Amino acid sequence: MKNVDKTPDEYNQMINQFRPGKPKIVNFLQAYLVGGLICGFGQALIEILQLLGMPADEASSLATIILIFLGALLTGLGIYDEIGQFGGAGSAVPITGFANAIVSPAMEFKSEGWILGTGAKMYIVAGPVLTYGMVTAFLIGLIKTIFKF
Amino acid sequence: MLMILKAFLVGGLICALGQVFLDNTKYTPAHLLVTLVVLGCIFTAFGVYDWLLDFSGAGVGVPVSNFGYILTKGVLLEAKRDGLIGLFKGVLEVASAGISASVIFGFLVAVFFKPRK
Repeated sequence: MKNVDKTPDEYNQMINQFRPGKPKIVNFLQAYLVGGLICGFGQALIEILQLLGMPADEASSLATIILIFLGALLTGLGIYDEIGQFGGAGSAVPITGFANAIVSPAMEFKSEGWILGTGAKMYIVAGPVLTYGMVTAFLIGLIKTIFKF
Repeated sequence: MLMILKAFLVGGLICALGQVFLDNTKYTPAHLLVTLVVLGCIFTAFGVYDWLLDFSGAGVGVPVSNFGYILTKGVLLEAKRDGLIGLFKGVLEVASAGISASVIFGFLVAVFFKPRK
């Protein structure tokens, strides 16, 4: 028998390509469940804050801030990644997933230093999101101002 | 209670469609988030996003496409008030709270926690 020239990690990577993944319909339902629950929780937060006497727009701003905080904290504790294993896009798409996309690389690249590691790499996903969002918003404003539609 | 159910149904649907995007293309979650934010901007331009927010609240308020909404909302508000200079002043006006919170909490959590592997 020929000797195997692969490390266990390489071997796993090799066979993973051929291992059938979860069926797509299961991914769909899991993403629906997790994403729906996060959004439902967000709505519940907004309604509780309004019951406490907060005006509607402030309540939704504060709810967003709370969700971002929870997303960041759960990522720090290692819990959000486990939710992500199950929920896929259901955990990536809500604002908590945006917080996760900032914290994960920020922790991961600490070893490369506070400036070029954490400080720079925390924007690896947030950077493109903000750049394309800001430029699109600006262009829409420009077009609307010029053509007054 | 009805709004919570609607938020679940609409928000879940957006996430599930995002999963379809990931499962059937070679794109990464980063591509998905950028696409959603740009779509959020465009839907806001045509007034669709306001309608969706009235209908399902956090169902479209929590998905990241809401960043597109608040960025565009700020631009349109300020553009109406200040004209051209408002296009620049407005971008981060409504979005400021969410973006600041993301950067500040994101950084602080990264300072105090270690990655688990």
